[in-house]
Amino acid sequence: MIARPTLLSLQILVAVVLIGIWYIGSSVPIFGTYFLPKFFFSTPQDVFWRIVKMFSGTTIWKHIGITLTETMLAFVIGSVGGVVFGFWFARKPLVAAVFDPYIKMANALPRVVLAPIFMLWLGLGIWSKVALGVTLVFFIVFFNVYQGVKEVSPVVLANARMLGLNERQLFRHVYWPSALSWMFSSLHTSVGFALVGAVVGEYLGAAAGLGYLIHEAEGVFDVTGVFAGMSILAAFVLIVDAVVTQIEKALLVWRPEATQKN
Amino acid sequence: MAAGAVSLDRVTIAYPNGYEAVTAADLAVGEGEFVSLVGPTGCGKSTLLNAAAGLIAPAAGEVRIFGAPLQGLNRQAGYLFQQDALMPWKNAADNVAIGLEAAGVPRKDALDRAHVWLTRVGLKNFGDRYPHQLSGGQKKRVAMAQMLIRDPKILLMDEPFGPLDAQTRQIMGNLLLDLWAADRKALIFVTHDLEEAIALSDRVIIMSSGPKARIIGDHRIDLPRPRNALDIRLDPRFHEIQQSIWAQLRAEVIKAYGDAA
Ligand SMILES: Nc1ncnc2c1ncn2[C@@H]1O[C@H](COP(=O)(O)OP(=O)(O)O)[C@@H](O)[C@H]1O
Ligand SMILES: [Mg+2]
Repeated sequence: MIARPTLLSLQILVAVVLIGIWYIGSSVPIFGTYFLPKFFFSTPQDVFWRIVKMFSGTTIWKHIGITLTETMLAFVIGSVGGVVFGFWFARKPLVAAVFDPYIKMANALPRVVLAPIFMLWLGLGIWSKVALGVTLVFFIVFFNVYQGVKEVSPVVLANARMLGLNERQLFRHVYWPSALSWMFSSLHTSVGFALVGAVVGEYLGAAAGLGYLIHEAEGVFDVTGVFAGMSILAAFVLIVDAVVTQIEKALLVWRPEATQKN
Repeated sequence: MAAGAVSLDRVTIAYPNGYEAVTAADLAVGEGEFVSLVGPTGCGKSTLLNAAAGLIAPAAGEVRIFGAPLQGLNRQAGYLFQQDALMPWKNAADNVAIGLEAAGVPRKDALDRAHVWLTRVGLKNFGDRYPHQLSGGQKKRVAMAQMLIRDPKILLMDEPFGPLDAQTRQIMGNLLLDLWAADRKALIFVTHDLEEAIALSDRVIIMSSGPKARIIGDHRIDLPRPRNALDIRLDPRFHEIQQSIWAQLRAEVIKAYGDAA
């Protein structure tokens, strides 16, 4: 393992080099031409000052708040649905067998094509974005919970039975924790997809949110605005991901991997 | 034999794929008796133990528990599995307490008694460790406490010390003898280690190699109790018993490997 400070400085070095290339290409003429024309690539300093300007007002917080709300709602609703159906299917093989082709079909469908339909049904407000996120999160959680219930170790299960646990207690002490551990192992993915649903939805038609902000800037060829929006989105993703990591650590203490990371 | 704790009457067990693992096995285990089941790997020891636990229903014959025919799970038995069977998401104390909790004992009382049991198996300060933070021997100790806390009348153990190193095995053997001597229960102890079986038990049952494995030997071990699983091996009588049983077992082991090769 590389020491943490070394790793961090290497990571920062990558950013510095990339931004350096961007800066030179867009702001320093080489043989009289700009290697990265400003119109297409903007410049790091312009993007930086645009971000500063955005955060000096209050509207940016409204946009972040909207995107965050959509992400969380999509995650929660999709997860609850995934857990309920995952359990139901895993415990009822007949149901699973009947619905199997439909589940596969629905999961194979590129979700973006649903966005216009959701907008038609639910309007341009947050719920059409939430719905898009839910269709993404649901399947990830569903498959993981299904797997988690199916793959409970038969020995652990037999042992629990011999210890006198009834069906309800087996659910609570064996199936549920096993399913949850599978669900949490996909936490990063499902939160990520909730966010993708929200941003793509906003991008395709909305009046607020980070996706909307980027789309609006694109509409007027404001490349600086696009890059500023993308940077804010990226920072937002990093923060959300860090929070998820913390939650994961707290919930999966019993896992070998979780302890080794500490 | 009606008064026995466990009795198998001409029990035959076949798996769904048609493989007949055990044929017409007769076995009677009395109350307070420590019986070892010895046989070559794959002969059907676990299969027979699972029938006694009610985890598998016999294709023919009958399993009786304290004289009553067994239907479904054997509620009077505790089972120590060959593989790791602790719930990985519960710490040691919660794993030990779960059997009591399932029986409706308030959680706090169950945990108090779990700590008593952890102390008894030599894991006084290990209550908050998760299974992956325990060694193989420590996991077996937790599993023993988990089984014994419910005070089952019959104990079934499937090669409980199999994966442990020789030294730990003997220490665990002594721990088992101490716990068993405290309130003698009927115990069926599966092992492939003949010396371990002789050192611990009142009787050693020998199974033939499969398929259609049968019980081919029943040896009473007249070594004095209380025993020390380590010291008893130096007893000349131990050596005699071992010689006479080994002669029979060897024929079976050779046959098992001969078939596999
Ligand atoms: N679920 C199963 N289906 C088919 N055959 C099985 C199954 N479980 C065990 N067997 C077979 O039954 C025989 C006895 O197995 P087992 O009781 O586990 O042996 P032992 O515990 O003595 O090593 C083996 O030959 C094994 O391959
Ligand atoms: Mg076995």
